[in-house]
Amino acid sequence: MSINHDQLIDMVDKIPTFQESVHRILALTTSPDCSAKDLVQVIEHDPILTIKVLKLVNSAYFGLSQEVTSVNHSVVYVGINTIKNVAISVATTGALPKTNKAGLNMNHFWSHSLAVGVIAKLLAENKGVKKNEQANYFVGGLLHDIGKVLFAHFIPTDYQHVLQKAEADGIPLHQAEKELLGFDHSEIGAMVAEKWQLPSELISSIRNHHLTEEKDQSSLSLAIYAANQAAHYLALMTQALLDENDTEKTLLKAAIIDNDLPQSVKDWLGWPLAEVSKWLSNLDEEIDKALAFIDLSDGE
Amino acid sequence: MMIINLRGVRGSIPVPGKDTVKYGGNTTCIEITTDEGDTIIIDGGSGIRQLGNELMQQLPVNCSIFITHTHWDHIQGLPFFIPLFVPGNNIDIYGSFDPVYMKDLKTILAQQMEYCYFPVRESELNANIRYNNLKEGEAIRIGSATVTPILINHPVLNFGYKIESNGKRFFFTGDYEPPLNIYQPEDEEYSEYQRLINQQKQILTDFIQGVDVVVADCQYTREEYPSKKGWGHGTHDGCIEIARDANVGALYFTHHDPMRTDQQLDEIYRDVMARGDLPPTRFYTAMEGLKIEL
Ligand SMILES: [Zn+2]
Ligand SMILES: [Zn+2]
Repeated sequence: MSINHDQLIDMVDKIPTFQESVHRILALTTSPDCSAKDLVQVIEHDPILTIKVLKLVNSAYFGLSQEVTSVNHSVVYVGINTIKNVAISVATTGALPKTNKAGLNMNHFWSHSLAVGVIAKLLAENKGVKKNEQANYFVGGLLHDIGKVLFAHFIPTDYQHVLQKAEADGIPLHQAEKELLGFDHSEIGAMVAEKWQLPSELISSIRNHHLTEEKDQSSLSLAIYAANQAAHYLALMTQALLDENDTEKTLLKAAIIDNDLPQSVKDWLGWPLAEVSKWLSNLDEEIDKALAFIDLSDGE
Repeated sequence: MMIINLRGVRGSIPVPGKDTVKYGGNTTCIEITTDEGDTIIIDGGSGIRQLGNELMQQLPVNCSIFITHTHWDHIQGLPFFIPLFVPGNNIDIYGSFDPVYMKDLKTILAQQMEYCYFPVRESELNANIRYNNLKEGEAIRIGSATVTPILINHPVLNFGYKIESNGKRFFFTGDYEPPLNIYQPEDEEYSEYQRLINQQKQILTDFIQGVDVVVADCQYTREEYPSKKGWGHGTHDGCIEIARDANVGALYFTHHDPMRTDQQLDEIYRDVMARGDLPPTRFYTAMEGLKIEL
């Protein structure tokens, strides 16, 4: 059932190109005095993005007393800075297929992706990364696994086998992908990111998030790697608490994740995951809030 | 009697010193005492410190603090508000959930009190503190008074607050810059955008129609404003327009630029008052320590 590179490219081709608009929003918003007019124009030229921005601004989170009906209206009402930040969040999560027949649980997928996004941003904050670059860490975390969604959407039967194998053999998903398909999700994910013309650092952070060999890695790549493992680590710790029979086995698995971090990631992180996880105590709360943005990908 | 006590009238940063003795150097804080003796506080700029010390003379302290937005000059005094530390005090804190950074007030304040900034953590505050996320237009009842937030333009989500009690009405703009048209007059979208701006202005005008007293942001003069567009602050002329449109009884210019000396504030006031065609509103320069009685 292994697939070839052409098939991979074929799948990537079928993904909508979001994404001139996202690309332009990211580019526009890195400049501190981005023109409000330009930003509004980019959003308005993408009907889906427009709907989502409006949906979010009109959601309970903002608690506005009147309904906002156009992008211009939203700028007058809540200000250009707010709309800028809303657009970035909305744009980056919206372009993926919503359903799949492979049985990939999309709720798990998004909550893991969000966890990695939030953790990566917190790590960046902790490492003194500049505020305007922290958004990239969040986005990188959010998108690192998008390859999984493509596989699940385009080759559902094969991917079902992959999911089953990973489960049955107790191995990581990317390993099962490699064995059965010949490629893992980090490669196709990076290809989509390329197609979306995301910043090159983001592309490599997606490509490298399962790579164990040492090489020159940007701090973004190291952060996404660390955040991904931290999210898995935390999930195992929670599981250990809930599942009394297997506590020891689960704790051991977590310890192995911590221990097996590539040296470059360990060096960058400066702490074992066991320590890092202590200051991620209100992660669940953060993720709940971030979920408000993901809800937007339903419907419409 | 409703008493409005201006505890801090500076914008941006506290500026103590010989040039700021008359109008004061503390950042934004307004204390309102209602007919029934309830204490409502708007913003926790550095002016809230002295207020806290005075409130401590009668325990327990019961008060409600409304935050317009979380820029430093509006919250920097909160860690020094002593009533927060004392068991038995009851303090309600109100403000907006920040949907962009996805943080509520508690989180924002807890971060302000992280160990690297401050020796006491939010979780160690001993008063009964309740955090409340406001929704625009949703009135909060405090004793006989109601406090109603309205969203107004600033680089972050930002509330203006209207306080009403027994027929007396007071409005504080918080920081406010009337929205600007992002298009040029020759752009096709210009007029549509202008219509939205006008509609927004009308909503504000209706909201504060006929209030007795407004305290409003006018950090800049009209001469300075062109180079400060989009920074989130208003001008005297903008305030005068609001006063005219809304038939405001009295308006106090506030959020003074930290660079202003007392003398300059006096000069600016004289200048503004010399303009022809002022509405019947009484205008004043907000002064720290001034008590307005209604
Ligand atoms: Zn201010
Ligand atoms: Zn401000």
